[in-house]
Amino acid sequence: MTRLFTTAAALALIAPTLHAAEIRVLNWQGYGTDIEWAVKAFEEATGNTVVHEYFNSEQETLTKLRTNPGAYDVVLINSSFTPQVVAEDLLAPIDPSKLENFDDLDPAFVKNNGLNEDGALYGVPWAWGLTAIAVSNNDFDTPPTSLEVLWNPDWAGRVSIRDDAVEAVQIGALATGQDINDVQDLEAVRTKLAELMPAISTYWGSENDWNQYMASGEFAAATYWSGSASRSIGKGLDITFVVPDEGAIGWLDGLSIPKSSENKDAAYAFIDWMIDPEFYSGWDKEGAPATANTAAAKALPDDSFNKAVLGDPEVVARVQFMQPMTDDKREEYLKLWQDLKAVQ
Amino acid sequence: MAGGIARTDRLRAIALLSPAYLWLTVAVFLPLSAMAFFSIITDVPFGDTEWHVTGENYTAFLESPTYARLLLKSVLLGVKVTALCVLIGFPCAWVLAKMIKGRAREALFLMVILPFWSNSLVRIFSWAIVLRGNGVLDKTLSAIWPWPVKLNLLFTESAIVIGLVHSYLPYVILTAYLALQAIDDSLIEAARSLGAKWWTILWRIVLPLSAPGLIAGAVLVFVPVVGSFMEPRILGGRLGTYYGTVIEDQFVAVFNWPLGAALSFILLAVVLAILALASPVLRKART
Repeated sequence: MTRLFTTAAALALIAPTLHAAEIRVLNWQGYGTDIEWAVKAFEEATGNTVVHEYFNSEQETLTKLRTNPGAYDVVLINSSFTPQVVAEDLLAPIDPSKLENFDDLDPAFVKNNGLNEDGALYGVPWAWGLTAIAVSNNDFDTPPTSLEVLWNPDWAGRVSIRDDAVEAVQIGALATGQDINDVQDLEAVRTKLAELMPAISTYWGSENDWNQYMASGEFAAATYWSGSASRSIGKGLDITFVVPDEGAIGWLDGLSIPKSSENKDAAYAFIDWMIDPEFYSGWDKEGAPATANTAAAKALPDDSFNKAVLGDPEVVARVQFMQPMTDDKREEYLKLWQDLKAVQ
Repeated sequence: MAGGIARTDRLRAIALLSPAYLWLTVAVFLPLSAMAFFSIITDVPFGDTEWHVTGENYTAFLESPTYARLLLKSVLLGVKVTALCVLIGFPCAWVLAKMIKGRAREALFLMVILPFWSNSLVRIFSWAIVLRGNGVLDKTLSAIWPWPVKLNLLFTESAIVIGLVHSYLPYVILTAYLALQAIDDSLIEAARSLGAKWWTILWRIVLPLSAPGLIAGAVLVFVPVVGSFMEPRILGGRLGTYYGTVIEDQFVAVFNWPLGAALSFILLAVVLAILALASPVLRKART
């Protein structure tokens, strides 16, 4: 609590240099930036008010940024999508000197090639996590170690993957031992996924879906996101998150400032608060993805999900981070996935 | 003089009709034209995106067998659901129109219309709870039946059909009811007094006379079911990919509005073609 006050005081110090503004944040709903206590602390410290708007897909983010210039001050963009937004000239480069917590950010994330373009940084690395699998402890005495559990006939009819073309192809690539960012043998992925399809009970779409299906016993094993898994476990769902031997899909989300923002100083202040260890330790208790701030990661208690699962260097070594992807690839994957779904 | 009356009549007609036409323009014509426009361009024209007119969204339908296959699947689903609605709805309407009178009829009517008053998502999710393995249905049947029952209907085509029939049955019951009520009881009595068996009465008198209502109900069911997406997605699980869900994906998940619009118009054209092909049969049934 004292740290919260010191942070609040620190924010209060820079506050007079800014005039109170209303900043508009564009993000997924329930994804960190809109936590009530955090917003309140920020508003009290800086005098700025925070308004949220939500999107349901990355394409929607892009459309909203295109159609409403000046409407947003902070926007969350997945690093594999950032280049596309930068290419449309919608983002302002980040000035690290305006962020007090910038030096604590993991240099590997800061140098992420999705967030950088022509030597300029366009997104502040904020949160990262894994797409791997989670299993029900009611069904598994010992958690599986391989992705092959999804293909295991014992669990046919009780497995699931997310209804998302890119994620499906990447899971298929992992299962066939390929690089998720450079799939050489797409036919192998297609065959592997075609084998999986009859075993799937239903696809999942959101964290909420997933929790319901897992709680009602529809799922025994399914792909899942690490941040969501930590939240589900926090809510009392008896599951284990597994990073299989084949590896996992890593993703990195950054906070960016649209070029058209008129409250850039307030936006910097908000992003600085979002990457503050103080904020993260509070968020982690509620179930959060991993932080890009090394100081924040170190400060976590040992029993925290993010430290226990994602803090293991051996686990991190198995992760393949998602790289920016061309539109053609996306369309190719989408077609493959649609064809697979259509023949069911 | 006569011309003057005709003119006031015409003015009155225009005045009376204008709200309806205004409504049609705003609620039907404008959105449909916007979608028609979207369907022939390359990208959604928001902001600075570059776009031009193209026919690619329509040819995309032909380039991959996926869309045609899904459309066929959806049409078959429409046929199944419509047939079941008619088979269940017609006897219900008959009971309501001819066999029950007074309070009991009002109570039954309420029960028919009740599904209409609940939110469709709530209805579908309740079905999911009922149909799931070890759910309400399985448990009830196991309690009555001497052997354990494992139906586990959720995420099957049957689940989709059950959900859709439940949603659209009231259309058939209400339209058939109106048609059946208009049949003069004395016609049936006359047939009976002349020695006609019940199936003869049904086939020669009741069905022909109630055909317009029954057909109207069937069309009201068939058209939305072919484009349905929510019921297949929630109740069908892995098997729930239909033409409607692909269109929904284009709008919601992958943000390809032009393709979604083009697919919608192809659906509209196919449904109209089916109704046009069926119209000689339908017209014959009406006379």
